[in-house]
Amino acid sequence: MRPFTYERPRTDAEAAASAAREPRTRFIAGGTNLLDLMKIEVETPAHLVDVNGLELDRIEPSGDGGLRIGALVRNADLAANETVRRDYEVLARALLAGASAQIRNRATTAGNLLQRTRCPYFYDTNQPCNKRVPGSGCSAIGGVSRQLAVIGASDACIATHPSDMAVAMRLLDAKVETVRPDATRRVIPIADFHRLPGNTPHIETNLEAGELITGVVLPKPLGGKHIYRKVRDRASFAFALVAVAAVVQDDGTGRVALGGVAPKPWRVEAAEAHLPDGAARVTDALLADAKPTPDNGFKLTLARRALGSVLTEART
Amino acid sequence: MENSIDIKISRRNLLKAGAASATAIGTTAMSATQNATPAQGMTASFTLNVNGKSHEMSVDPRTSLLDALREHLHMTGTKKGCDHGQCGACTVLLDGRRINACLTLAIMHDGQQITTIEGLGTPGALHPLQAAFVKHDGYQCGYCTPGQICSAVGMLDEAASGMPSHVTASLNERPLLTPEEIRERMSGNICRCGAYSNILDAIEDVAEGKA
Repeated sequence: MRPFTYERPRTDAEAAASAAREPRTRFIAGGTNLLDLMKIEVETPAHLVDVNGLELDRIEPSGDGGLRIGALVRNADLAANETVRRDYEVLARALLAGASAQIRNRATTAGNLLQRTRCPYFYDTNQPCNKRVPGSGCSAIGGVSRQLAVIGASDACIATHPSDMAVAMRLLDAKVETVRPDATRRVIPIADFHRLPGNTPHIETNLEAGELITGVVLPKPLGGKHIYRKVRDRASFAFALVAVAAVVQDDGTGRVALGGVAPKPWRVEAAEAHLPDGAARVTDALLADAKPTPDNGFKLTLARRALGSVLTEART
Repeated sequence: MENSIDIKISRRNLLKAGAASATAIGTTAMSATQNATPAQGMTASFTLNVNGKSHEMSVDPRTSLLDALREHLHMTGTKKGCDHGQCGACTVLLDGRRINACLTLAIMHDGQQITTIEGLGTPGALHPLQAAFVKHDGYQCGYCTPGQICSAVGMLDEAASGMPSHVTASLNERPLLTPEEIRERMSGNICRCGAYSNILDAIEDVAEGKA
């Protein structure tokens, strides 16, 4: 691990200002992803701003019938929260499908959104990777790509976003609240939060330099049946090959988002109009522009079948 | 060293500084060098409370909680398996909750309460889970056992407080600790010898005793 300096700021604005002063700063909260990557020197921050002491760990009503989740709320606490379990079950289910209990006890809401990809070439510092070393090339294209993206990728990068939680957040139209180094605050709709790779796969979000996530706000509850179906290589503690998050109403209308298939949580609102017509019509529309590799074309079939099983469950 | 600052602050001073302003430990970044060896003086001072005893630490900020326990406090009950949060051998309790000691920095836990396997029982007075692992032969080589036991302690508390899991059928009912629930909730602990069935028996024994 490379040496770094370490700081514990008093306020969120101080944290952001501090991060802006040293460009090679990372915020650290749970650290479950960042420290893992620092050990293998994929992440090499010169300065760590430990935000654990900031009072961003509450879950409270947002005022407009929704729910404000502090950036530092641990994944385990968010999944166990009574309001989340009752009104946003798809979020609780997504969180419980991710990682292990030990990791969920540390990992935070903001950190989960900022998870780096699990592409094996991103982790292997002996291989080119445009996300890790911009311009070095993509080893995954033409490499082992079974886990990787089938849609939304580019000629520079075919990595997937690994989060389960973010897929549910996208489904629920969450909003990300932030503070910038000049202490101004803004709200970023989750749909605009993560970026597609294009020619700059190392830039994964639309956060500005030093900008700190302070919380995530869920709109008022949607009702309906909430289902999160994660398909993976083992029953627990594995990343998704395909995940389906869905809220389905009694009349068959609803929302659907996919995980494990794209560089960001994958939702196409227009595709949702087909929900009453069955899974195939929906996934045809959702994945119309898919460009699978020879290794991961199975994800298209898997997504259709997983959604089919979700819709069957929703009807029962 | 020209690119580093010697930092020696007591916990009292650190807290005082923290109350007055942002607490900076090491205000000058080290030069971007390939050398992973810290410069002399690149140390941070803080307090670790382990098993009810307070320890003044003076370590490189990069020191994981796991390495602080094993290499600096010489409490080797907590094991290093993968060092990447995948195996659970390093599981300890932080303010009563189970975490991977390898995936967190010691410096981040100034003043918090850490419980390791050494704090759960003694050879003469085993923790119920330690006794159950012995009774059910919940191991072969034993390397994963401290992590398994610390994890099980945390798991039973989580279940008792009603926290759901991936296999909990209804999120609005109290979860029951069925074998399926225990397996899912213990999935962060790998046993390479494959003693899972006996580990499950040991945990079930204690879980039933608690119910």
